Amino acid sequence: MKAFTRHEGLVAPLDRANVDTDQIIPKQFLKSIRRTGFGPNLFDEWRYLDVGEPGQDCAQRPLNPEFVLNQPRYRGASILLARENFGCGSSREHAPWALDEYGFRAVIATSFADIFFNNCFKNGLLPIVLKAEEVDVLFRDTLANPGYRLSIDLASQTVARSDGSTFAFAVDAFRKHCLLHGLDDIGLTLEHAEEIRAFEAQHRARHPWLFPGSSPAP
Amino acid sequence: MAGKTLYDKLWDAHLVRENPDGSALLYIDRHLLHEVTSPQAFEGLRLAGRKPWRIDANLATPDHNVPTTLVERRGGVAAIADPVSRVQVQTLDDNCAEYGILEYRMNDPRQGIVHVIGPEQGATLPGMTIVCGDSHTSTHGAFGALAHGIGTSEVEHVLATQCLIAQKMKNLLIRVEGELAPGVSAKDIVLAVIGRIGTAGGTGHALEFAGSAIRALSMEGRMTLCNMAIEAGARVGLIAVDDTTIDYVQGRPLAPKGALWEQAVASWRELHSDPDACFDKVVELDAAAIKPQVSWGTSPEMVLPIDARVPDPAAEADPTRRDAIARALQYMGLQPSQAITDIRLDRVFIGSCTNSRIEDLRAAAAVARGRRVAASVKQALVVPGSMPVKRQAEAEGLDRIFIAAGFEWREPGCSMCLAMNADRLEAGEHCAATSNRNFEGRQGAGGRTHLVSPAMAAAAAVCGHFVDVRELLEQAP
Ligand code: SF4
Repeated sequence: MKAFTRHEGLVAPLDRANVDTDQIIPKQFLKSIRRTGFGPNLFDEWRYLDVGEPGQDCAQRPLNPEFVLNQPRYRGASILLARENFGCGSSREHAPWALDEYGFRAVIATSFADIFFNNCFKNGLLPIVLKAEEVDVLFRDTLANPGYRLSIDLASQTVARSDGSTFAFAVDAFRKHCLLHGLDDIGLTLEHAEEIRAFEAQHRARHPWLFPGSSPAP
Repeated sequence: MAGKTLYDKLWDAHLVRENPDGSALLYIDRHLLHEVTSPQAFEGLRLAGRKPWRIDANLATPDHNVPTTLVERRGGVAAIADPVSRVQVQTLDDNCAEYGILEYRMNDPRQGIVHVIGPEQGATLPGMTIVCGDSHTSTHGAFGALAHGIGTSEVEHVLATQCLIAQKMKNLLIRVEGELAPGVSAKDIVLAVIGRIGTAGGTGHALEFAGSAIRALSMEGRMTLCNMAIEAGARVGLIAVDDTTIDYVQGRPLAPKGALWEQAVASWRELHSDPDACFDKVVELDAAAIKPQVSWGTSPEMVLPIDARVPDPAAEADPTRRDAIARALQYMGLQPSQAITDIRLDRVFIGSCTNSRIEDLRAAAAVARGRRVAASVKQALVVPGSMPVKRQAEAEGLDRIFIAAGFEWREPGCSMCLAMNADRLEAGEHCAATSNRNFEGRQGAGGRTHLVSPAMAAAAAVCGHFVDVRELLEQAP
């Protein structure tokens, strides 16, 4: 996994509550069996004026000039500013894949849906929860100042504004550790393989019906 | 010391290790797979040279992409018209074959929506931990199992380690006491709950449904309820085990038999929250006060009783909420304060992992019987949740009732719930749907989804607009 330590970048404001995973990456793009290729279809229904289908050349599609990410001042943004309950809906990891591939390294919001929040950490994308007042301030600053940038430091768990003031955010210790070092979860878990095996043996003794042995023939 | 909640008990029984930083490893008993969220996980496994930890804990079926017309279905995977869907279904078949994972393939007599087939086959058992790369895995909590959706990286993690890295959630209790009015169903309860607590109301919580109204529900109704816990922001929905649960599980193909069955049942009897268990939050609803619900907006919390009017943004003081209402009304093509009963439908969809089980189809058929789909409705689809549901419905003659009324009777799959196959809305069309998400574009770009119960969907189909199904049930067709 890609590590996240410190990031400084341009901020794009997406001023809506309850942005769902169907908006982040519509389902027709979920048919891919690959992990990549989702960036051009991030926010597809808002971003383009036509109906998106897999396999199109997105460079040729008509852009929706109203959509915030299409405004020239937000080109190259790597920090997405959003409102409450960002990423609600499905478990599709295609949502963080699409955000990541578009170029976002962090999403700042007042709250996130649980599964999306968790999926972000698996992909080196940092979801940051700030207080509603703080998010309000950032929206105001971003809209008022073209080229507005923030700098995020995971080690100290802060978002710094250009005037040097900072907002602190919480992140649980395990996720922080994995993200700072770009660690592979599976490798880490397999270090405890003996413990898992021991648990499994006990579990089987207590709940033998959960271990039917071999599955019935398909 | 306070007693334990059902969630606490399930957590403790599966805890492999706890790290000092609060993260934990949970052992997973059952892993369900489908074609959309698994290909990248198998690929990851292969690239890392890893093997699945425990093959017999996995069960797979294709559901999201499968065609639902008999014509397209007959030719097998090779005949799936959409080439991208075909590759995805084929990839699941190939991966399961390569690793020896049990799969109910597209035309297997046990195939269906993953959350319908798990319980139906007895692959879902009380007391299990169950995960799947699909947020509606919360459905299985109806059996007193700890079940939730995971992302694709976690699918790979569970395949490789039989464990999930987890953080303990808080406990939220939704208590629904009293008796539901006739014509009001589990779907109306859960929509009313989401209307009350909002789509983020359950975030970070395991949500247990309890109370006399819940105990009175069948397993089908309980699954509908837990299915939509995720729409209230809670990854986990739970209901205590009782005789209804045990009776449903008994005799299912993968359920334990003989002495093992007795042993299992004795253990399952413990699967309830202790009377002195402590919940972080409690919400109470009066079942008798719940009316049939209809969602009017683009989030499941935008829901109202059938006799209500949609909101007027001008009356909302909070600016973020006002904006959200205005935007939703515009997307949905509705006027402020318009009566819900004045919303006209173009299509009707009865199906999805929320409401495609036999009881759902019976409820819809009871309304459709002897009536006709309104001429203004372009299409009314009934998509059973699984092959066994379809056979059962046909044995009861429900298919003939639907067809006589002008509904289309389809093959099992997710279908128009998320429109990954050919079943979808055109831009601007209104659909009465028994599914779970009314997000923008969910059922097709520009489509407008209204979430309702199966009986309400059938009533909307025959009237061409929303109507209180209780009025239809009172009068003979
Ligand atoms: S029926 Fe709909 S919600 Fe359920 S698993 Fe299929 S797509 Fe997801």
